[in-house]
Amino acid sequence: MKICVLVKEVPDAAVQKRLVNGRMDRGGERNLNPYDTHAIEEAVRIKEAGVVTVDEVVAVSMGPESADRAIRKAISLGVDRAVHLCDEAVAGSDVAATGLALAKTLERESPDLVLLGQQSDDGECYTIGAVVADHLKMPSLTQVIKMDVKVGTLTCERQAEYGYDTVEIPTPAVISVGDAINEPRYPSLKAIMGAKKKPVDKLTISDVGLDASQVGELGSRARWFDSAAPPPKAAGEIIEDEDTNETVERIVAWLDERKLLS
Amino acid sequence: MTDILVYALHYEGAFNKNSLGAVSEASRLAAQIGGEAHALVLGQGVSDDLAAQLGTYGAAKVFRAEGPEGLAQPVVDAMAKVIGDHGHGYALFGGGLLGFEIGAGLAARMNAGVVMEVTQVNVEDAKLVAERPILGDSSISQVRYDGELGIIIGRLNAFEASREDPAGPATVEDVEVAYQAFSTSATMIKRGEQRGADINIEDASVLIAGGRGLGKAEGFELLDDLAAAFGGAVAATRAVVDAGWFPYAGQIGQTGKTVAPKLYLAAGISGAIQHKVGMQASENIVAINKDANAPIFEFSDLGIVGDLNKIVPKLTEAVKAKKG
Ligand SMILES: Cc1cc2nc3c(=O)[nH]c(=O)nc-3n(C[C@H](O)[C@H](O)[C@H](O)COP(=O)(O)OP(=O)(O)OC[C@H]3O[C@@H](n4cnc5c(N)ncnc54)[C@H](O)[C@@H]3O)c2cc1C
Ligand SMILES: Nc1ncnc2c1ncn2[C@@H]1O[C@H](COP(=O)(O)O)[C@@H](O)[C@H]1O
Repeated sequence: MKICVLVKEVPDAAVQKRLVNGRMDRGGERNLNPYDTHAIEEAVRIKEAGVVTVDEVVAVSMGPESADRAIRKAISLGVDRAVHLCDEAVAGSDVAATGLALAKTLERESPDLVLLGQQSDDGECYTIGAVVADHLKMPSLTQVIKMDVKVGTLTCERQAEYGYDTVEIPTPAVISVGDAINEPRYPSLKAIMGAKKKPVDKLTISDVGLDASQVGELGSRARWFDSAAPPPKAAGEIIEDEDTNETVERIVAWLDERKLLS
Repeated sequence: MTDILVYALHYEGAFNKNSLGAVSEASRLAAQIGGEAHALVLGQGVSDDLAAQLGTYGAAKVFRAEGPEGLAQPVVDAMAKVIGDHGHGYALFGGGLLGFEIGAGLAARMNAGVVMEVTQVNVEDAKLVAERPILGDSSISQVRYDGELGIIIGRLNAFEASREDPAGPATVEDVEVAYQAFSTSATMIKRGEQRGADINIEDASVLIAGGRGLGKAEGFELLDDLAAAFGGAVAATRAVVDAGWFPYAGQIGQTGKTVAPKLYLAAGISGAIQHKVGMQASENIVAINKDANAPIFEFSDLGIVGDLNKIVPKLTEAVKAKKG
């Protein structure tokens, strides 16, 4: 079988927190979405386990030129090959347009299993999987933390509103994995060096059978406007612990003032 | 005339609180845009009584479809059918998990705009505008919709359920859905399994919550001691519940419990949005985290940057001494 893993480039977590003139700085370091490393690891484990024969693990990504670095990181973590949908026309795509573009890119690969991360660190939609699945006409489940793979079926566990669900799903399928599913390995130095040389298949929207009216701002029906800061909340007090008794004394005094110790 | 269709999730004979909130919200919004609030329920043998209850929360009509429960894709088929026949202008979902999957699938199916994690919906020129916090809630975007359908997925607890006065039961209309093969190919083997002990965190006035920063299941012993000193209970994040360190019944957040104790004290919790939505109404929020950049410090009243393993035992002793 062929497994495709959706991987995304996101601003590095450390950078994301930085405010410049009161605005989030989204420039600077960019990296592979940390949640996607769990999807890659799961694909590699399925391949290694050998219960089903995995011919290939292919990373699929949509993003600007700079995403190449995140894609190489995915390769260093064990994917065999990568496809990069890299086209100015997709800039500004909303969730639905992003999902359509990814689905069209995936169609060319005819995967038996599509894996993705539980959320993108910057977008936090948790929904790309559901969009992709509907376009590909495949069954789908998100937030899966345990997956038992047999020829033709997946037995998946995930937490939903009322507790844990166990769902049996035939392949081909689209599964987003929660970060509890595995502990991703670190790439070896050899894998990191090797990833630099692997070919990455770069595609434009016409290669995947889309035109500019279907993606990007033109293809997006949710229109985003003027972001404003939320109403300010009184800043909390911060204690930097110096490993002295003072920290605890201050906490107790704070609690006591609010009558939380009576 | 623009009607709004809400998906109402139910389980074991009761509707989800967030779905009821969405029905009330739809009713409030529909009145402003000259339409009606409708709801869709999908399940095996949903009774007239149950379906009609949604009228109490503001639904004028309830569409009832027969189909497998607990999975998103059959609901996408059903909503697409109802919207296709009737022409609703918006689809609305309460916070949780299933609604995210359904709303996104529906956006793909109907070529519609979708926005999730919506905290407020406003009306402008008889159209709905969704407010969506972004970048760790540091900014709020306004989102408008083009096209015939706009899909709004609420954040957990964003919409409050309210009973209409006078309340009339909704009319119930059965819909025949021709399900897509892929939508019904998944099988629910077990639903709503409660992993771990049946503990109660909703009635405690002091909650000591632990996360992945505890390092291992045994880390919770530190929190048991602190909670005992306060006379409170221990709660947790999804990360540690998924890891099997703590019972699901004690999980706070999007797919867990919503709590609002007098004191919520977090140890080793980063403060992800999906956790925050379940505890942000707490009266006093205290957080211990070794990372000064942890998001939890953005919404705590008292933040302690330090190692919980050092601070918690000392705090337990100090609380015991103080309370005598
Ligand atoms: C659809 C969906 C639904 C979800 N539902 C929920 C939900 O209901 N509830 C929920 O909680 N989450 C939920 N999540 C998961 C959520 O996004 C986070 O992944 C989760 O809350 C993180 O848990 P955590 O804070 O324990 O772990 P982490 O994010 O890993 O944070 C651990 C923290 O511990 C700190 N730490 C480490 N060591 C120490 C030490 N020695 N002393 C002090 N601090 C230390 C670290 O600095 C870090 O900030 C959901 C996610 C999705 C996508
Ligand atoms: N532009 C993209 N390219 C490839 N994969 C993506 C992209 N955006 C989102 N994904 C995948 O979808 C998952 C969920 O993202 P989201 O729905 O944005 O929270 C991520 O973990 C990725 O696996």
